[in-house]
Amino acid sequence: MDKAEILVIGSGPAGLKAALSAAEQGAEVTLVERDPFLGGQLVKQTHMFFGSKEQYAAERGFKIAEKLSREVEAHPGIRVLCDTTALGYYDDGVVSLEVKGRFATVKPQSLIMATGAQENTLMFPNCDLPGVYGAGAVQTLMNVHGIIPGKRVAMVGAGNIGVIVSYQLLQAGVEVPAIVEALPHIGAYHVHASKVRRMGVPIYTSHTVLSAHGKDSLEKITMVAIDQDRQPVAGTEQELDVDVLCIAVGLTPLTEILFQAGCKMVYIPELGGHVAMRSDTLETSVPNIFVCGDVGGIEEASAAMVEGSIAGLTAARNFGYGKDSYEDQLAAARRELDSLRSGPVGEKIRSGLKRLSSFGEVTQ
Amino acid sequence: MSDKTIICRCEDLTVEEIREWISKGCDGFEEIKRATRIGMGACQGRTCRRHLIAELAHANQKSPAEIDLSTFRPPTKPLKFGAVAGVDQDD
Repeated sequence: MDKAEILVIGSGPAGLKAALSAAEQGAEVTLVERDPFLGGQLVKQTHMFFGSKEQYAAERGFKIAEKLSREVEAHPGIRVLCDTTALGYYDDGVVSLEVKGRFATVKPQSLIMATGAQENTLMFPNCDLPGVYGAGAVQTLMNVHGIIPGKRVAMVGAGNIGVIVSYQLLQAGVEVPAIVEALPHIGAYHVHASKVRRMGVPIYTSHTVLSAHGKDSLEKITMVAIDQDRQPVAGTEQELDVDVLCIAVGLTPLTEILFQAGCKMVYIPELGGHVAMRSDTLETSVPNIFVCGDVGGIEEASAAMVEGSIAGLTAARNFGYGKDSYEDQLAAARRELDSLRSGPVGEKIRSGLKRLSSFGEVTQ
Repeated sequence: MSDKTIICRCEDLTVEEIREWISKGCDGFEEIKRATRIGMGACQGRTCRRHLIAELAHANQKSPAEIDLSTFRPPTKPLKFGAVAGVDQDD
């Protein structure tokens, strides 16, 4: 059995920042990452970020991943374990891992969960046909491996991911004959949506995919208009020849280990599903277990980085590291979060966090 | 939704099968998992859990928040026997 002062699970934007912030205060950090490389979903984000200068606005996601990964790898206080998946959490505080194909255990004094989220799927007849992809898979194929998923791609979901991936498909020379969105409005930032509209891609709001068709793989979809109760409107069916259907209908936090650890969990639709209740310094109902980034509620990578800093600083402070500068750094991070969550863009996360706080304070 | 729509790919279960079990009174997450193995395959329910919660909520006229989930047990992903072979007893 291995020991660790602070164990960070996941090296996306939240986990990288958590590891760095804790290590900079002097704590000893072990960072585990399922993939062979650090960065999480940042590695496939070729678009530029919004937000404040502190949170890398106008930089591209994969560049941010490169920069933070270099800092993490160079830091003497951080031990990095790639090809390592967290398997479970046990009553005695032991975390089991698969490290490069071998089973191992570690007992951390503090655990920072930065496991992120996974993509939601849709159910319709033949939703299991080859050619039906999640948007994350399409981004991995194109932006990490340089492979296009097909020739004609219909996108489901006009949120930021759906619209950004549609644009990236167009850039790669792939046809995008339609973006289908169940809501009556476009969820993506208008700067992204306008770009794909200017390139001639129709966005069908209040529409859904009724069924997919194909013998061995996807050949065609049927889409349909839906009414206020999300029921198909008869007579509005349209067929579309496509070899790929790309699904970008939201994410669900990856919380199994939090459930296993006995953290108090609540279902908050605005945050993507079940999430851990936590204090304003992101400590869950189990002392010294923290959440940051998408595992605590689906949000942008910029906010995940700030949450990572808050969790990392606080976990380190709990062991006496960086006490003198803690309050100032925490206050600065809080200001950044508030600014990222302000305005109409932050409405969903604000309402989710408000609902979360209505379940009461976290008591340990 | 047609009969053949798959809800759980890992265990090859259709929506129709799940609705049949629910209509027979097997209308809790835990029961339906034990009866059908839904969510017990390679992805450990990460694909179908949302859909099953929605089906149970609809059938029981509850909100998804009111649906009790089953226990989350380690390991979170499939593990080869070779990975645990020869591991120290302390682990």
